[in-house]
Amino acid sequence: MRRFVAERAERLITRIVSHSSSHSHSPSSSYSRYPFLASSQIQSLFLFSSSPSTSMGSSSESPHPVTLTNINPKVLECQYAVRGEIVTQAERLQEQLKRNPESLPFDEILYCNIGNPQSLGQQPITFFREVLALCDHPNLLDKSETGKLFSGDSIQRASQILSQIPGRATGAYSHSQGIKGLRETIAAGIEARDGFPANANDIFLTDGASPGVHMMMQLLLGSQQDGILCPIPQYPLYSASIALHGGTLVPYYLDEATGWGLEIAELKNQLETARSNGITVRALVVINPGNPTGQVLAEENQRQIVDFCKKEGLVLLADEVYQENVYVPDKEFHSFKKIARSMGYGEKDIHLVSFQSVSKGYYGECGKRGGYMEVTGFGSEVREQIYKVASVNLCSNITGQILASLIMSPPKVGDESYDAYCAERDGILSSLARRAKTLEAAFNNLEGVTCNKAEGAMYLFPRLHLPQKAIKAAEAEKVAPDAFYARRLLQETGIVVVPGSGFRQVPGTWHFRCTILPQEDKIPAIVDRLTNFHKKFMNEFRD
Amino acid sequence: MSPKALDYDSLNENVKKCQYAVRGELYLRASELQKEGKKIIFTNVGNPHALGQKPLTFPRQVIALCQSPFLLDDPNVELMFPADAIERAKHYLAMTSGGLGAYSDSRGLPGIRKEIAEFIERRDGYPSDPELIFLTDGASKGVMQILNVIIRGQNDGILVPVPQYPLYSATISLLGGSLVPYYLDESANWGLDMNNLRDAVQQAAFRGVTVRAMVIINPGNPTGQCLSIANLKEIVQFCIRENIVLMADEVYQQNIYQDERPFISARKVLFDMGPQMSKQLQLVSFHTVSKGYWGECGQRGGYYEMTNIPPETVDEIYKVASISLSPNVPAQIFVSHRTFSGLMVNPPKPGDISYLKFEQESKGILESLRKRARMMTDGFNSCRNVVCNFTEGAMYSFPQIRLPPKAIEAAKKAGKHPDVFYCLKLLEATGISTVPGSGFGQKEGVFHLRTTILPAEEDMLAIMSSFKKFNEEFMAQYEDHQGYSRLCT
Repeated sequence: MRRFVAERAERLITRIVSHSSSHSHSPSSSYSRYPFLASSQIQSLFLFSSSPSTSMGSSSESPHPVTLTNINPKVLECQYAVRGEIVTQAERLQEQLKRNPESLPFDEILYCNIGNPQSLGQQPITFFREVLALCDHPNLLDKSETGKLFSGDSIQRASQILSQIPGRATGAYSHSQGIKGLRETIAAGIEARDGFPANANDIFLTDGASPGVHMMMQLLLGSQQDGILCPIPQYPLYSASIALHGGTLVPYYLDEATGWGLEIAELKNQLETARSNGITVRALVVINPGNPTGQVLAEENQRQIVDFCKKEGLVLLADEVYQENVYVPDKEFHSFKKIARSMGYGEKDIHLVSFQSVSKGYYGECGKRGGYMEVTGFGSEVREQIYKVASVNLCSNITGQILASLIMSPPKVGDESYDAYCAERDGILSSLARRAKTLEAAFNNLEGVTCNKAEGAMYLFPRLHLPQKAIKAAEAEKVAPDAFYARRLLQETGIVVVPGSGFRQVPGTWHFRCTILPQEDKIPAIVDRLTNFHKKFMNEFRD
Repeated sequence: MSPKALDYDSLNENVKKCQYAVRGELYLRASELQKEGKKIIFTNVGNPHALGQKPLTFPRQVIALCQSPFLLDDPNVELMFPADAIERAKHYLAMTSGGLGAYSDSRGLPGIRKEIAEFIERRDGYPSDPELIFLTDGASKGVMQILNVIIRGQNDGILVPVPQYPLYSATISLLGGSLVPYYLDESANWGLDMNNLRDAVQQAAFRGVTVRAMVIINPGNPTGQCLSIANLKEIVQFCIRENIVLMADEVYQQNIYQDERPFISARKVLFDMGPQMSKQLQLVSFHTVSKGYWGECGQRGGYYEMTNIPPETVDEIYKVASISLSPNVPAQIFVSHRTFSGLMVNPPKPGDISYLKFEQESKGILESLRKRARMMTDGFNSCRNVVCNFTEGAMYSFPQIRLPPKAIEAAKKAGKHPDVFYCLKLLEATGISTVPGSGFGQKEGVFHLRTTILPAEEDMLAIMSSFKKFNEEFMAQYEDHQGYSRLCT
């Protein structure tokens, strides 16, 4: 089955090569589209111009109605580096390894590019899977042997969930917002987490968190004049979604020197600049814990952010998908809803959307595509519009819906599965914390590399202080210097990371994102390979 | 007082313009009534399991095992699962990298795309390339992805049949494109008239709209007709001549209730026309696990297959797909199942433990749907001022209701569209929740409603007589005199 991936990758690479020599538009990163622009110029392109490079051919000239010259320019515009060129190359190398294991200086490809824990061997939480299996095949519940295979509380939970689904029909479309009973469970989970009430009517279940983000962008972005404040570095879902919906990304920079701190002064500054350029800023995106930057916001900082949004009339889009992934004892996750409510702000004071996913945390169930958004502070008119947009896709997948309810109400003290569940959860989280620490230390040991602590999430985002010679070599190959580094790293070690340019960064700085997800027993080998590679790289390029 | 971030007035206009009637006013009112304790018969959405259709056993056994792979190591597993289900679960798990909990390739698992390609080849007699098959969370997501790539702005038009499934109008509106309607001919059994199509394109051009794609729904939703080979050929030629993409919504390909016009894919028709033609048409075909005898709507599984789309464009579509990371993995397995057994060629095979049961279940469902289609059409046609084409395929009945002028007036007074007015009354009186024809588009002054044919067979007679009683009373109330002739359009 992998043959197809390989063939495709090979075609793609041939094409990329022929493209870069032949001047065309089909870049795999914004840098290859504007190879000679400084990143600050790219920044301004991003901010203030529309679809800069796409020439719109008239359809009558082309042999076919749909070609690269006449598809939606917003599609050409958007970028998504997490699955970009480096990954394609990695898949090609993996094929090569399979065919000819001796042909490369490493024996396996280590995918550190994407937060996909179970693909790297993380085991699912048993209780969750038991419940899902029983819900998928409810006939099991009628059999006496089931007790031999499944825990008692999973049987109980599955029966309870099925009774919340009209007709016990897991194969039926649900309400467009998701099954009511599951939303009630989630609301109760939020309430238990925050200590403030949550309402099932505010919950919209989605296929992963991404469709929720798209829905909000669709609602908020009417034209290029509508802007969204996004952290830089950011998770490229935001830039891609804003580009697809034809809006403007208004960047605010996180301060690497203070552990990727979020400064209100910077927010104000960027907001004013955007406004003076005729942009109506509609919302602020905050990713907490941060992706790719791994910082966990301090409570005080969160309060300032809430006040800022309230004062400026911005919707606060809180990406809180890493809420279970906090690795340092001095930090704790607080939802923005809890912060806002504890400041005494209610529905009327702030428009807040919180995104949660089954893909992250200790559960890491990416393939299920489950998630939800909690939408508060919106009037009924606006909420009806969200409901309508959700309805066009009918509903999110039921398995994902059930799982979303399970992560918000895991087994409790006294339940049969409780001890096993805790052991699995804590095992995963403490191992992730150790891996984060080991990798952080390893990065900081490298010449010319500095790396902030991963306080949370699943990533490290080390900064590369690259020698001029390396930057020149990258320029000669028409790639961003960090992409050049990532490419070399892959070719020599099999480690796949995402260049910082895919997340955007302060112009003139270079980074890469590396997940902390490889299994713990592989970490020492990764550190070795990385260290050796880096030494060699520096020896080759040191000024 | 702080400024308001999300005033209704400042929302994206395209969002406000978009309409989606299948879950609109009628559905909301029905939900309210249900909460008040009234018994509601939901015939508004093609959602078989919600109306009591049981899932097929075998695929559910397989998915349960994939969900809990630790069961495969349990010595007791064979007490509860047949050996072929265990074997199949292992087969699927081996295709994944990390089981159901890991993102797959953004286009879907390569092994599953290969199985789909094999299914398509068996169905059409022409090979299919797995690289041009993208799995999606239901067919709707696929339609959105493709339209997103095609539509640049309001000067880009998409030909859509009217009456149509509102997914198309809603998505085109959300993306800011222009819907170019072509009317199906109710008096010719919802046939597709080529002259009408050509006119539609010309009129669009006159308004400055370039038609870029044409949607066909075969079998039709909500209209239930099956396109003939001759008609499909004309459509292919038309699209080639006009240089437009053909989007073939073929999600009901298994739901056929007559023998004269079996399902034939647009792709097969294209390839049958020979290499001269078959290289020219850009075609995207859509399929799903939500329909057929599967009816697994809640899984959100589907795929589309692209023909003659240039590789650079495929890469752009891949990029858009990758922003959503991957389609949900359990549904991908359902898609593969579905295509496997679409032709009853592969497992469970004759001789397999699960084969007989599977055959009984799936045949039973389709045979019963065929009976229900007939009962419903006949039922409607026995009612005063109601005329209804036979449901040749898909899952819906779309009767025309000849509303008396007094009823239309009363609707106006109530501030309702006349067919909404009728459907609301029907709902209040009988608990039957339908979708008014205006949600699908219809000719001016002509009114319809859509019901699914999904209520259980044993309830069907009672439902139809309850409808008939309501309709009699409604007509008696609003009709001035007897003897209206039925409108033939």
